[in-house]
Amino acid sequence: MVGDVAIRVEGLVKRYGAVTALDGVGFEVRRGELFGLIGPDGAGKTTLFRLLATLLTPDAGRAEVDGCDIVREARAIRSRVGYMPGRFSLYADLSVEENLAFFAALFGVSVRDNYGLIEPIYRQLEPFRTRRAGKLSGGMKQKLALCCALIHRPSVLLLDEPTTGVDPVSRSEFWEMLARLRSEGISILVATPYMDEAQRCDRVALCDRGRLLAVETPDGVVASFDGVLYALSGREMFGLLAAARAEAGVEACYPFGAVHHLRVAREFDPERFRRRLLAEGFHEVGIRRVEPGIEDVFIKRMEHE
Amino acid sequence: MNDREAVISVRELTKCFGAFTAVDHLSFEVFRGEIFGFLGANGAGKTTAMRMLCGLSYPTSGWGRVAGYDIATQGEEIKRHIGYMSQRFSLYDDLTVLENIRLFGGIYGLSRREILRRAVGLLRRLGIRGEAHTRVRSLPLGWKQKLAFAVATLHRPEVVFLDEPTGGVDPLARRQFWELIYEAAAGGTTIFVTTHYMDEAEYCTRISMLVDGRIQALGTPAELKCRFAAESVDELFRRLARGAKRAQE
Repeated sequence: MVGDVAIRVEGLVKRYGAVTALDGVGFEVRRGELFGLIGPDGAGKTTLFRLLATLLTPDAGRAEVDGCDIVREARAIRSRVGYMPGRFSLYADLSVEENLAFFAALFGVSVRDNYGLIEPIYRQLEPFRTRRAGKLSGGMKQKLALCCALIHRPSVLLLDEPTTGVDPVSRSEFWEMLARLRSEGISILVATPYMDEAQRCDRVALCDRGRLLAVETPDGVVASFDGVLYALSGREMFGLLAAARAEAGVEACYPFGAVHHLRVAREFDPERFRRRLLAEGFHEVGIRRVEPGIEDVFIKRMEHE
Repeated sequence: MNDREAVISVRELTKCFGAFTAVDHLSFEVFRGEIFGFLGANGAGKTTAMRMLCGLSYPTSGWGRVAGYDIATQGEEIKRHIGYMSQRFSLYDDLTVLENIRLFGGIYGLSRREILRRAVGLLRRLGIRGEAHTRVRSLPLGWKQKLAFAVATLHRPEVVFLDEPTGGVDPLARRQFWELIYEAAAGGTTIFVTTHYMDEAEYCTRISMLVDGRIQALGTPAELKCRFAAESVDELFRRLARGAKRAQE
């Protein structure tokens, strides 16, 4: 295998009966890269993870993980990959330390062998080591799941929406850990519905309905946005949605935190729109030009699909 | 909010598990038509508090009323008069869309004729009339969430509890979901919602921040950002949640 490629995927196809979950997907993850997958439900992300983790076999195409073919060398891949499925993957009735010991035993290692790798994460779990995994909070469960996925020191980590249901502070901590693992040379493929997390990846692939629409750096994704964007605010936020959508030149309007984002055509006149809104009885109307983010690109692409 | 009628009111609400105080003297009100964001880190006590408000668990001390019923003594009445939806549980995957509507309509005590009438309206509103006989399992997550919300409000409850309704949902589908929430609130339904997406917290009429079982901040997003000199609710959350002393459960 070429030394600098951690995952290579070529023309990968997977069907479930009449449903084509993956429709000829190809990309590469470089060694030591933190690579993000973003896309709506049903895009095929979980299927891709299962194929790479050798839990499914493809109908066409091929893929290599750490130089091993996912079909012919499935057994060899298992010891090189750490996989964290989207759903809770631990044994709820085993304690924190029992889960860890169990996963270590599965891979024929002892917890001590690679303890250095998981120590910064495990230290936070240590006060609860005798607690059953099912009784941990969301953030703690994810940290334990990550420890279990790392216990055999894999070269590639596959993380399927690891931070769903996790609060913002714990999410940040989780991503700090990923950055540290990457600096240890571990390659990471991670799916996420959070666009702030996508921003923290080296590159992201935008996927939809079994296809990859684009593979880019986060900044490259943002730069691909070719529209003009305004932020609209006011006291009657719900009413403003409908009002904006009825305005000439507004291509799309969607809530965006404290404001609404308006994607507009050239003929859009913000000052005329503001006056119209005030005349219609809206209060404290504000409208200003803003730069797009990765979330705006995502929404635009998905609307067009 | 056309009037300031409290649909939820809670005084000194407390829940202990042995020596551990999960919810520590909560007092607040939620008014009709409000979207009330109930924020907090994992383990802050949100679920415990929400279970008490839904009549699923008894307070250790303090009292609360939801939709006019006492949470300590009228749990059954509360369950019938509220809507509830969570990311983990909402619909039965193995039943079709229509079967789910009929099942929940029946549980809420609606007549068969009324269920059918509301089902037709609901399917039309969501634009999924063609999917009435599709199993919920095979619907896209975004549709499932919208359907779950519609089913949770089938009996037109005064207040709906939404426990992380958009967890794992993509940015476009999340926004479509929030438009349903906006619409329901504009129609007078009171919304009590938890979320880990801080942009969604900005859509709320008021938000509360739960830290170690106590409310550390409560107000409109604009008020709280101003009071804590934070640029966004996200920044506010990080600042308050990092002050948590209680080790995460």
